[in-house]
Amino acid sequence: MKRIALLGMPNTGKSTLFNRLTGGAARVGNWPGITVELLTGKILLGGDMVEIIDLPGIYDIHGFSEDEQVVRHFLHDNVPDLAIVVLNATQIERQLSLLLQLKQLNLNMVVLLNMADEAKKFGITIDGDKMAELLGMPIHLISAKYGQGHVEAMQAITKAVRYPTPGMAEALRTQLEQDAHIEHEMTRVLSGAVQVPARLSDTRTDKLDSLMLHPWLGLPIFFGIMYLLFQGIFFFGQPLQGGVADLLGWLRKTVLDPACAGLPTWMSGLLLDGIYNGVATVAAFVPIIILFFLFMAIVEDTGYLSRAAFLMDALMAKMGLDGRSFVMLLMGFGCNVPALMGTRVMRSRSLRMLSMLVIPFSLCSARLQVFVFITAALFSPKHAPLVLFSLYLFSFAAAILTALLFKRQFANTEPFVLELPPYRFPTGRQMLLRGWHEVTHFLRRASQFIIAGVVLVWLLTNLPPSAEPASANTLAGMIGAWLHPLFAPIGINEQLTIALIFGFVAKEIVIGSLAVIYGMSGDALGGALGQQLDWVQAYSFMLFTLIYTPCLSTIATLRNESKNNGFTALALAWSLALAWLVSFLFYQGARALGY
Amino acid sequence: MHGTITDIHTDDALRQRLQALGFRSGKDIEIIRKAIFGGPVQVRIGTTDILLRQTEAALIEVRTE
Repeated sequence: MKRIALLGMPNTGKSTLFNRLTGGAARVGNWPGITVELLTGKILLGGDMVEIIDLPGIYDIHGFSEDEQVVRHFLHDNVPDLAIVVLNATQIERQLSLLLQLKQLNLNMVVLLNMADEAKKFGITIDGDKMAELLGMPIHLISAKYGQGHVEAMQAITKAVRYPTPGMAEALRTQLEQDAHIEHEMTRVLSGAVQVPARLSDTRTDKLDSLMLHPWLGLPIFFGIMYLLFQGIFFFGQPLQGGVADLLGWLRKTVLDPACAGLPTWMSGLLLDGIYNGVATVAAFVPIIILFFLFMAIVEDTGYLSRAAFLMDALMAKMGLDGRSFVMLLMGFGCNVPALMGTRVMRSRSLRMLSMLVIPFSLCSARLQVFVFITAALFSPKHAPLVLFSLYLFSFAAAILTALLFKRQFANTEPFVLELPPYRFPTGRQMLLRGWHEVTHFLRRASQFIIAGVVLVWLLTNLPPSAEPASANTLAGMIGAWLHPLFAPIGINEQLTIALIFGFVAKEIVIGSLAVIYGMSGDALGGALGQQLDWVQAYSFMLFTLIYTPCLSTIATLRNESKNNGFTALALAWSLALAWLVSFLFYQGARALGY
Repeated sequence: MHGTITDIHTDDALRQRLQALGFRSGKDIEIIRKAIFGGPVQVRIGTTDILLRQTEAALIEVRTE
């Protein structure tokens, strides 16, 4: 099968184009020569199936960041039949250097000038034909976001992929060390084909920034936006969640209960009280997860994350981190795994390690499910959003404390240099793709972890067969009793202890396993928890859930990214110790105060 | 504040990175704003806005008219 590589600098809309080309049907794949996974998709082009690979964004083909090395090694070991080079048309004068570097490699290339619509707004006029002539390669102006120029570009790609690729030169590096030549070429092409207004400013971006990046108002606005965001998730998400839960409950009563009536008791118990109750309780959270990622996508796609890095860098520097670490911490609120992978842009190893040590404290969307459920069960609708917000503050506090404690072990002098993109409007299509991606991701996790998890919980709470289900005589009861001395001082009972053990695998299982342990789902489970626990115990449970290890995937990613078992063990042990300590201080403190 | 870059006094690795972002001798540069608490500065070179810390910004020599 022919192979097409997508190349370009960061912030060029390369991934948007990739999504548009593949229609979102992408998967992660391994490639010879590199250790990281890349997104790939197969599409039909001119009657043949071709494989498209989305390579990491790079500034410089002979740079030394991990991403730049990944791209180089990939090209070296998997010579593509065609390279689609995506350039940001609004920044053509400095993106051209990468294109000319790639041209020297004798790759078969099609060049796409993306964000052509935005460039027009800036007053940049680009003569595509003239530029193609000067460069001697096909060039197309497109808008990956809105789809303009897409058809013509696809025709050019279909045509270009038929031609055989000249061999990838072995002396790649030496060829590229010709900066002087490239600078000369840049001036030649720029002066020949591009006219840029002398002082170029998107006045609306500037106006907005003078407010958003205001010396005194910037930070309060930032925290205000975050607060509203999480309020919004709660406000819109909870009714939706209730609706889905009711629907799934109704389905069980009217369809599944009668259908399983003929089965042996143990089997209908396993199917309905085990798998169905567990999975249904978790599935009710799908709307909240979609909402969460939609909101995060808005923050990310508008370009506000770089602004957050600007506002927070001075504070982060005091903790031995930088603005980018803060952005990754925010990304971690979605899922810790991509946030950990995002630290690859940092060149200093110690800065990366310190960032990776704090990211797992980000209150990810899986933990959000647990907290939404417990707060709804234990707190009044008026207090629930505040309780949730306080957990976000605890999440920040745990990250800050960890950074302060460990910054001397991971001291760094990495320079902080970051590009500030103009504000952009996220499009509906991008948001839909994002939401769809999260749902499929969730369903994959559901099939891998959650079903296996709830089945295991059901077995533990129903074996040996002689014991009363979920009683002290079952395996679960025995484990709970055995761990009781450790968890009693922080107010966590034996049932919740079992849920915490399974939460080690994935936080999505916690509520599902509680549903199995208590043998009820949805509102009934919430009611049972409300009867059994007071708010101090529930809050202590949530604090422990927040701080201890997020999930197995996070641990695996920590191990993969750091390539260091000692570091992984440190991250694991420290989060467990901190979780216990914080819950202990809170629980005993609240009890001592008479709550 | 407007000026022209005259020299970049960083180590090779950072110079390479800055050059990729458009920092070169002879280029016009403008300081847009500084963050509070001694945070980063926002500069503009051509159509590109870049954030960098004051420690790094201090290594870039600029002539003002």
